[in-house]
Amino acid sequence: MSEKKIMLGNEAYARGAWEAGVKVSAAYPGTPSTEISENLAKYSEVYAEWSPNEKVAAEVAIGASISGVRALASMKHVGLNVAADPLYTAAYTGVGGGLVLIVADDPGMYSSQNEQDTRMIGHAANVPVLEPSDSQEAKDFVKLAYDISEKYDTPVIVRSTTRLSHSQGVVTLEERVVPEDKPYERNPAKYVMMPGNAKGRHLVVEARMKKLSEDASSLPFNRAEYRDLSVGFITSGIPYQYVKEAMPNASVLKLGMVHPLPRKLIEEFASKVDELYIFEELEPVFEEQIKSWGIKAQGKEIFTLQGEYSANLIRTRVLGETIKAAEPAKVPARPPILCPGCPHRSVYSVLNRLKIHAAGDIGCYTLGAVAPLNVVDTTICMGASISSLHGMEKAKGREYIKNWVAVIGDSTFLHTGINSLMNMVYNKSAGTVMILDNSTTGMTGHQDHAATGKTLKGETTYAISLYHLCKAMGIEHVYEVNAFDIDALAEIVKRETARDQVSVIITKSPCVLLKGVTFENKCREVSDKCKKCGQCLKPGCPALTKNADGTIKINAAMCNGCGLCRKLCKFDAIEEVKA
Amino acid sequence: MTKNIMIVGVGGQGTLLTSRILGGIATAGGYDVKLSEVHGMAQRGGSVVTFVRYGEEVAEPIVEEGQADVLIAFERLEALRYIQFLKPQGVIVVNDERIDPITVVTGAAEYPEGILDTLKEGHTVYSVEAGKKALELGNSRTFNVIVLGVAAKHMDFAKEQWLEVIEKTVPPKTVELNKKAFLLGYEM
Repeated sequence: MSEKKIMLGNEAYARGAWEAGVKVSAAYPGTPSTEISENLAKYSEVYAEWSPNEKVAAEVAIGASISGVRALASMKHVGLNVAADPLYTAAYTGVGGGLVLIVADDPGMYSSQNEQDTRMIGHAANVPVLEPSDSQEAKDFVKLAYDISEKYDTPVIVRSTTRLSHSQGVVTLEERVVPEDKPYERNPAKYVMMPGNAKGRHLVVEARMKKLSEDASSLPFNRAEYRDLSVGFITSGIPYQYVKEAMPNASVLKLGMVHPLPRKLIEEFASKVDELYIFEELEPVFEEQIKSWGIKAQGKEIFTLQGEYSANLIRTRVLGETIKAAEPAKVPARPPILCPGCPHRSVYSVLNRLKIHAAGDIGCYTLGAVAPLNVVDTTICMGASISSLHGMEKAKGREYIKNWVAVIGDSTFLHTGINSLMNMVYNKSAGTVMILDNSTTGMTGHQDHAATGKTLKGETTYAISLYHLCKAMGIEHVYEVNAFDIDALAEIVKRETARDQVSVIITKSPCVLLKGVTFENKCREVSDKCKKCGQCLKPGCPALTKNADGTIKINAAMCNGCGLCRKLCKFDAIEEVKA
Repeated sequence: MTKNIMIVGVGGQGTLLTSRILGGIATAGGYDVKLSEVHGMAQRGGSVVTFVRYGEEVAEPIVEEGQADVLIAFERLEALRYIQFLKPQGVIVVNDERIDPITVVTGAAEYPEGILDTLKEGHTVYSVEAGKKALELGNSRTFNVIVLGVAAKHMDFAKEQWLEVIEKTVPPKTVELNKKAFLLGYEM
């Protein structure tokens, strides 16, 4: 009997890539896709790396594919925007060895800035998209994707969602089979995409997609399950499971390939069922195409464009049931917050005190937008802090941004912030950029990057110096300061924001959750000295709470001993004790 | 019949480890199983929820309103937050501990009084001061396995099965400690 294992969706994707004989994998971390790369890195036969951003990762995979081996790039949905440039043209060149992108969408936005639907990018880029519906299919579909990629000479996207990537299910394991490397032959007409060649390739792309559309109706993973013919659902991915849960007797057309659509199969299914529902999370990708063929169906008019679907959605909207459940209790919200001992909190407490606005970026430090820190005013996408500050300066002049800074993390700076900083220098901007260097990619769960000195495989490597990088761009004023030295930090911020030049402040303090990061002491309240002024509570450390009498209490189990509260207390009412 | 279990708590409290032990025990019992977890931003001190479903054949990986057989809560307020997910005859196992959300710390909201009493209206509630017990055991982080031990008594697996799965799931160095913590809850 073959071995079975409970696997996280992302672990199953990695297993599928390994079984498919993938030799090269590149990625930039992003929830909910991160664990694909982390798991793939555990297989010694696969070269796996963190690239500085998704565009680089996709290009690494494209290069590996052209050289003749199977290659993978994985990313979250917004990462595909960054990688869109190479993707659209890789659709023209086609592949050498199989080329697959696993892209994880985030319906419900558990950890993202938007809710975009990758199926639409597949459509726009003329790239086929597969969508599995559980961990077993996650593994199987990656292998299918490589077969399709090589058979049709095209990159293939495997679309995931948070609910699939971060759910665990039983998977049957198989062996790794490595296909022969494709022999390399120089072929500029295929791989050099200048206009003369690309014109020819565009015809190839259209012919390939037409062929795929025709073949789609007989592909085994587009599957009609005929049961009760009075109701039929066209669905894919995790929503397929909701249909099975809520209406196990309904007929279902389960689409494994969500672009291009199997028109013949869909028309046949629609003709056999009385009532047709299209059940797809996010955009009406199926619905618009299917309705354009003159097929009557219900979709977004009864379901929703936003968030995740559920079996209860079918029970209420299709079956007209009322869900029997207790009334939700009125409870205070518990939004995510910076951890106790987080260096970002220290930086934001200084910026808050100085009444500084921040153009923010993507990472844990985005949480500086919420009370009680209230420092971050904008967050758009990776790298946008620096360029949007520059835009403000050009719009309103340098006096206007003297109470502004850009804040960006070390990993995000290397991702795309660096281009924006070059732009500030080149276009004679003024403004202060703060790189909150915590020596890791924090929010996604501690991944290394080009400035940490470690690779994804755990090998030691050269650590790029952010300081020298900024200096090399010609920025005269670059300063490094400990994030917890709040007096020095306040001085530097005041001085640099007043300056009529670009300056960079690098706050250097590692993420408190990183292995080996410990403070020698913890903080403890000295209750009889507490004057109930509330200064220590201002940065919103979760280890600090107020007693009924207004004095403060420090939760010893939560305190990480960063000492920020102690520094803010003017009455010595917080002392250090040995941890 | 599919069993639906929810583990709720505050990001960082170890809901993932607990759900993995639950996944292991369901597999050991020969069931099909699905787990759904929360990673990323919500893990940073926010409210987190993990679903575990096991049975003959499990389709969806989430537990929805009105469906949970067991609600395991690592913090009082979080038990209350997810009360509508319970079946009418569902069981709540709650760690009797208070962690103030930032909305309470900043004074924007108040931490509700008498949560345990509210929970007991219409539900069977087992509460345990697991934090205190864990400290007595010598490691404050084992509180979640103590709570799991309490919950395990109300599920259909043998004690030995649980101990076997714990041994396979937790880091090797912590096996004995976690077994002790589990038994402390189980035999309470």
